[in-house]
Amino acid sequence: MVPNAPVPLSWYLILSAILFALGVAGFIFRRNIITVFMSIELMLNAVNLSFVTFSYQFKQVDGHIYSFFVMVVAAAEAAVGLAIILTVFKNRATLMIDEVNSMKY
Amino acid sequence: MTALIFLIFAGIAVFCGVNLVVQTHPIASALSLIGVMGSLAVLYLQLGGEFIAAAQVIVYAGAIMVLFVFVIMLLNAGAETPTFQVSRFVKYLGAILLAFFLGLISFIIQGALPKSEGVLFGTFQGTALDVGRKLFTTYLLPFEVTSVLILIAIVGAIVLARKEV
Repeated sequence: MVPNAPVPLSWYLILSAILFALGVAGFIFRRNIITVFMSIELMLNAVNLSFVTFSYQFKQVDGHIYSFFVMVVAAAEAAVGLAIILTVFKNRATLMIDEVNSMKY
Repeated sequence: MTALIFLIFAGIAVFCGVNLVVQTHPIASALSLIGVMGSLAVLYLQLGGEFIAAAQVIVYAGAIMVLFVFVIMLLNAGAETPTFQVSRFVKYLGAILLAFFLGLISFIIQGALPKSEGVLFGTFQGTALDVGRKLFTTYLLPFEVTSVLILIAIVGAIVLARKEV
């Protein structure tokens, strides 16, 4: 390998797309509500990688700020989502999303 | 060197991502997700995102994942019990199809992008100074709105996690 050869920008975007696809797969195929939630986090991470890659291409820090906002929203979402999971578990004693199929219990 | 580091950490990220999806126990998935986040932090550093790499480690791997692990342990979540059986043939076929699908995605992205000079470590440094200056001038309003969002999230989490709901 040539020392200090540049990495094509598309490799980062391909990695981002692969991670996003894996997140979608986990979201669809897993039945544990916590694992589904973690798949969403994986998708957010994949999008962040795209933002930072485009930020490099334009030599601007705007992409960094967008991914920072994504992180903040993910933190807020994790707090509220895990509180909802706690409440669901307290009321129904299950974490399987197949069994959580009615709004009122 | 840049390419080598990229390949190592991209490999770790993809391996941990696959592991997240295929593991049945949530704690194994959570640890895989931490692996993904750590390797992505290295890639951010490579792309010149010092601040965002630090924020990735502190906020994602440090705060959000601790919350996840805490909830998994609090609820004593065990392994998923399979509700239907999948034959070995279908599993192998699925793996082949997944690899084909990911290769197709790579091919399409590779073909759609125009030629660019590529990423070299050190060419662009988005320092904390640049990020901070832009965050508090151009993006001041979104920043303030975000603080309100977090306040709402805190109140919402407290209301939801109360005893009687």
